[in-house]
Amino acid sequence: MRLKHQGIGMADTTETPGLAVQSSLGGDLMDRLRRSAEYVVIPLLALVFSGLLFSIFLLSLGKSPVDFFSLVWRGGFGTSFSWQNTLVRSAPLVFTALCVAIPARLGLVIIGGEGALVLGGFAAAAIAVPMIDWAPSFLILGVMAIAGMLAGGLWIGCVGALRHYRGVNETIASLLMFYIAVSILNFFVEGAMRDPSDPNKPSTRPIGSDNMIGVIPGTDVHWGLLVGVVLCALLYLLMNRTTFGFAAQIAGGNLRAAKAQGLPVGRLVVVSCAIAGACAGLAGFFEVAAIHGKANASLIAGYGFTGILVSFLARHNPLVIIPVAFFLGGIAASGGLIQRRMDLPDATVLVLQGLLFLVILVSETFYGRFSIFKSKGGTQ
Amino acid sequence: MSVAETTTPAPRAIGVETIGMSKVFGGLTALDDVSIRVSPGSFHALLGENGAGKSTLVKCMMGFYQPSRGSMLVNGKQVAVPNPRAAHALGIGMVYQHFTLVPSLTAAENLVIARADTPTVIDWTKERKALNAFLETTPFKVPLDVPVSGLSAGEKQKLEILKQLYLDQRFLILDEPTSVLTPDEADEVLGLLRGMTEAGELTILMITHKFREVTAYADDVTVLRRGRVVGSGRVQDLSVEEMSHMMIGEADIRESAARVAQPEKTLKIELAGLFADDDEELPAIEAISLKIHTGEILGIAGVSGNGQSELIEVLSGQRTPRDGRIFIDKKPYEPERDQMDRFKVFGFSEEPLKNVAVPRMSVAENMAFRTFDKAPISPFKGWLSPPPMRKRARELIAAYRVKTPSTEEPIENLSGGNVQRAILARELSGEVDVLIVANPCFGLDFASVAEIRAQIMDQRNKGAAILLVSEDLDEILELADTVAVMSEGRITYQSPMAETDRATIGHAMAGHH
Repeated sequence: MRLKHQGIGMADTTETPGLAVQSSLGGDLMDRLRRSAEYVVIPLLALVFSGLLFSIFLLSLGKSPVDFFSLVWRGGFGTSFSWQNTLVRSAPLVFTALCVAIPARLGLVIIGGEGALVLGGFAAAAIAVPMIDWAPSFLILGVMAIAGMLAGGLWIGCVGALRHYRGVNETIASLLMFYIAVSILNFFVEGAMRDPSDPNKPSTRPIGSDNMIGVIPGTDVHWGLLVGVVLCALLYLLMNRTTFGFAAQIAGGNLRAAKAQGLPVGRLVVVSCAIAGACAGLAGFFEVAAIHGKANASLIAGYGFTGILVSFLARHNPLVIIPVAFFLGGIAASGGLIQRRMDLPDATVLVLQGLLFLVILVSETFYGRFSIFKSKGGTQ
Repeated sequence: MSVAETTTPAPRAIGVETIGMSKVFGGLTALDDVSIRVSPGSFHALLGENGAGKSTLVKCMMGFYQPSRGSMLVNGKQVAVPNPRAAHALGIGMVYQHFTLVPSLTAAENLVIARADTPTVIDWTKERKALNAFLETTPFKVPLDVPVSGLSAGEKQKLEILKQLYLDQRFLILDEPTSVLTPDEADEVLGLLRGMTEAGELTILMITHKFREVTAYADDVTVLRRGRVVGSGRVQDLSVEEMSHMMIGEADIRESAARVAQPEKTLKIELAGLFADDDEELPAIEAISLKIHTGEILGIAGVSGNGQSELIEVLSGQRTPRDGRIFIDKKPYEPERDQMDRFKVFGFSEEPLKNVAVPRMSVAENMAFRTFDKAPISPFKGWLSPPPMRKRARELIAAYRVKTPSTEEPIENLSGGNVQRAILARELSGEVDVLIVANPCFGLDFASVAEIRAQIMDQRNKGAAILLVSEDLDEILELADTVAVMSEGRITYQSPMAETDRATIGHAMAGHH
């Protein structure tokens, strides 16, 4: 056990220079495995515990937890149809989770990915309007994707700049800017850019079915999922195998240390936030280009907020985001089935998500508390 | 042993004794069978290195910790101290290393609100009368109606002691009470306390590591090492050498490196009119101009909080100056990464985990902060390769004798001395032209202190220009070639070491110059 109280740093007195413990190659490897185990076991225990809490909630409603979890399995993962439903819902989660995970390396908690998604989707749809009549679809989609990334990148990049240069809390700023993003969407969609041919729901002009992104052959899942998976891998490399990622880790771990190393902290913050926003913007682009075909209030589906949960559950590791997004996508996908079969409101799965988030946040405090995950040669 | 037996009406000093006190934290024995006896009216010093168990012992006495074994006697009667309130009720009070006063309130207000029985509505006329009557009984004089923020460090420390006396604590535990005081202030405060113990009004148990204070003021001394009592007795019967040997034990202490005469000294780094504000945007340093030559250690002495940390922050890039320039080799210097590399500027400071390391990152990663963006760790621009990073770390761990279970251990799990050695390895393993160091030995054990000071001297002898800011005057006296004193954000005194002495520097620290 590591004890940090003042006055009990007894290990100090037992050290004598010259008795250095040489670290060996094999020992280092074992050590890394032992440490990684902690990051698997604790989240799994947290999952189990939140499942138990949720079971109590269900029992208090007079419903069977067993029925519930078997329905989640069937609705989310049991059949190839439910898997495809799950994957379609996972795609935007992958992107919005990246919007949380990248700034988290710098110690920033960005929760306004939904705003970047909405604006990214709107920008993509808006820029397509004047191109629909003449441009080939690959050009339209390319420009749309860039517009989506730029809009999202600028949006969250602003949050980072506000944070670094003006000391504005990034969590609050990004949340409040979500409401501004929604207002911008509504302003244009209900005004200047409203498609007059659609009397029902204020929307931008559709990009046309010919210009929509298709599905991965043999499935109902659009290409966005694959792009998301590749992006996760790329950003994992960026954060773990580049000097940029290493510098970001230093700045996130100790700002004073980063400054003492002469690292460009402001640039790291703004660039990381811009990358994060571009990810969420891409989610908006895929929602428009693969699902809705136009920008309207349907973009505000809460993917940005569920993405926060995904990223925390994955401990902000881009590679772990992928399975976690599938998992939460599956829970969301089973919502309809649960509503019909168990006579529970749609929002029941939100209760499960909320409990999960709470338990995950609490579980963060358990890291480093279990000696089983410590290296054998423990120093203190 | 003391004057308490010859009681006069006023004295109310109490004696405290611990018997076989032990405290175990997890698998760690912080205190092992410690018995000490502080007789009423005595001035007792508790000596020991950092981590020797001094704080644990007094925390057990104050009821912050419950001892695993052992008991405590007050005036010969066995007592239980389940919490600090119980200790206060027994008349045992503690003055901490750092101030616990409310800065925006006056001394009088601080005293009255400290009482456990402060009424909801305070009758100030009555309280004032009582306070004045109380002050008559003590030798400490502090202005009562000025907000505490306007008092000097010495006055604040006196007020802390007054507060304990006002609360009728007649056994005072002082935790390094002079660390924030100038030498003159320290002498005044300790002298007054000494007087009260001689009058039998007070018993003092003082944690310290300054032998000078022990020999000048204490009657008795107890020395702790690794949680055990390794020696005790009357101060007059012990020499400083004996006490220091008890503290350190048989540990191998590196000889301090000899100062090698520097043939030619050229101007290396110049600070020109630096101004900077503190976190409250109040001026913290004003018009700092200094020159440091190759092969020179410029020591900046001063009482903590006179702008030294802000100066270090400006030089290391952690704080933006309001005005002024830094020149290295007569060229303007900004503390940015490429210039740090070009001019070979390095540095380290106290509390490395707070200032220059990332606690959760591994030892290997922390050791690579200066080299991660250069070959071989970065074989081509932007890319980072962990195997060379670990290889380099293993070499440095061996060369600098850093005690760690592996390169992958988060650096926060290492002991203080080993964290500092790891940082030293990072900053000193290459070629160093300019070194900026702040309180490098703060809170470390003797062996590490000697090691670090020797390393600094080595760098000087190799020709580095070194700025050493230290609150430990002895460190400045040992290392510096030139000494400067910082007071209220300004350099108030500067002199070659050969032409000055401890007393002159001490007076300058107090603002007399």
